[in-house]
Amino acid sequence: MTQYVGQAMPRYGGIGQVTGTTKYVDDIVLPGMLYAKCLRSPVHKGIVRKLDLSAAEAVPGVVGTLTAADIPGQNLYGFSGDQPVLNNEHLRYKGEPIAAVVAVDEDTCMEALEKVKLEIEEQEPVFDMLEAIKPGAPIVRPGTTHNLLEFFPGVTTRILKLGDVEQGFAEADYVFEDRFVHNVQDHAPIEPHVSVAYWDAADQLVIHTVSQMPYFHLRYLQPIFNLPLSRIRYVGGVIGGAFGAKNDIHADHIAGLAALKFRKPVKYRWTKREDLSYSTKRGAWVFEYKTGIKKDGRITARHIKQWHDTGAYGALSVYAVEKCGMFAAGAYHIPNILVESQIIFTNKPIASSMRGFGVINGQTCVEVHMNKIAEAIGMDPWELRFINAWRDGDQGVTRYTVQGAGGLEAMKKLAELTGVQLPDHLMAMSSRRR
Amino acid sequence: MKQQVLTFILNGEEVAVLVTPTETLLDVLRERLQITGPKRGCDDGECGACTVLLDGEPVRSCLTLALTVEGRTVTTVEGLMVKGELDRLQKAFYERGAFQCGFCTPGMLMVAKSLLAKNPNPSRDEIRSYMAGNLCRCGSYEEIIEAIQAVAAGEY
Repeated sequence: MTQYVGQAMPRYGGIGQVTGTTKYVDDIVLPGMLYAKCLRSPVHKGIVRKLDLSAAEAVPGVVGTLTAADIPGQNLYGFSGDQPVLNNEHLRYKGEPIAAVVAVDEDTCMEALEKVKLEIEEQEPVFDMLEAIKPGAPIVRPGTTHNLLEFFPGVTTRILKLGDVEQGFAEADYVFEDRFVHNVQDHAPIEPHVSVAYWDAADQLVIHTVSQMPYFHLRYLQPIFNLPLSRIRYVGGVIGGAFGAKNDIHADHIAGLAALKFRKPVKYRWTKREDLSYSTKRGAWVFEYKTGIKKDGRITARHIKQWHDTGAYGALSVYAVEKCGMFAAGAYHIPNILVESQIIFTNKPIASSMRGFGVINGQTCVEVHMNKIAEAIGMDPWELRFINAWRDGDQGVTRYTVQGAGGLEAMKKLAELTGVQLPDHLMAMSSRRR
Repeated sequence: MKQQVLTFILNGEEVAVLVTPTETLLDVLRERLQITGPKRGCDDGECGACTVLLDGEPVRSCLTLALTVEGRTVTTVEGLMVKGELDRLQKAFYERGAFQCGFCTPGMLMVAKSLLAKNPNPSRDEIRSYMAGNLCRCGSYEEIIEAIQAVAAGEY
């Protein structure tokens, strides 16, 4: 097997991609295939008072509609299990799916959607997560009294702790504080969300998916369809870019429900405009960093607070925030670390996974913070990093022991590649010993 | 809407197809003729994944009304192979891994084909400038440039 190491190998399946024969999900066209489109919430927050689909159903070419009442199983899904498939009650973000129209083509779907009689009692939304945690802020989730996600029942702040930060700050010669704000990002894969579903001759619901994590998604889809797993055939593997966007189901549930109800092949695809406006995002983030440091450059304590805006539903934000917290102090030996994390609901599109899965949000903050500290104490930023870099045997905030540390060696290589001459005492350092 | 017959040359063969006046060339290729090499990305002229050659010139098929290609010649990625042989650009993209997800590749290849037809020996800057309208979200730009340079240098 080692003969392949260091060799450029022809890409698996690559001939299909350069000849245009690879079948992406939107390339699948089946005889008699119908198309679906969702009626989306026109408001950021509100209560559906009237939903009359009869005029839409009367449009020539419309085969029928889907509402929450058509769901054989549960009308909830997602990593946090809190997202309605079709929501005809309390709308939480602009673009939230309310119902779907199924027709012979998408133009007919769009024409029918314009005929839906929808009455909504609009409510005051909240968009800024730090406003959303103030007393008296509009409540995003009906039936609750606050906008904080509970990591465990009653626990709204996730605490990761190593040593005693108060003692660490007392030992420090200087203490530095920084605040960082990260805005929302979209993954923007070139391929929009799409799904094709049909009922096959073996009495199975077949779904062609762009899912990045099919086994998680099968687990979300099964309770919606209320079918045994043996009767759902979930076909994936060809994705036109995802970057975390396709860790959440955007189309499979709707296409699957339509195929179940109408027993015909159904394609449901999002436009790029829908994708950019209403799909899952990397959520907004606010960080506060506080670091205690000795005159010789050794870090004695680091206290991090992070606030993450998950938008209207939880999705994979817990995963992203815990992962971020685990590494937010950086790849440095710090005996006293405290990370406090909160996840906040707002009336924005759902925040979930995006490449780096939350870790890079903390990493960008910590490295800017380190540069500012180095400048403030008059130390070369390379030296500050070399002094504190992880060595084998150091501990991270969740008590993991660092093994095979390579930060120092990576920095030496970086210096070499960028033509930076590092002093001998730094070049003599090794990740194998402190 | 009333349908009309559209006749054009697609990858060397004459085709006739019923279309409505509002359909784009991309709609007709993908939905009516099942020529799915050109991809529907943004469907708005931004990403370049739908690029085809119209009388040898690269166009966004999502912005080209189908009826405007009456009697003209359209080449898609499916038409790049000649007698079962990969085009040099296809070989270079494949062997050099000039893509990850591959969704932008059909568009990239068509623009590169047009570039080399006009300028057989483009500089790096000329390649970058000519390909600027085609997005690769995976970030394979370096490999794409190198593949085009390798073809220009006669390596394929």
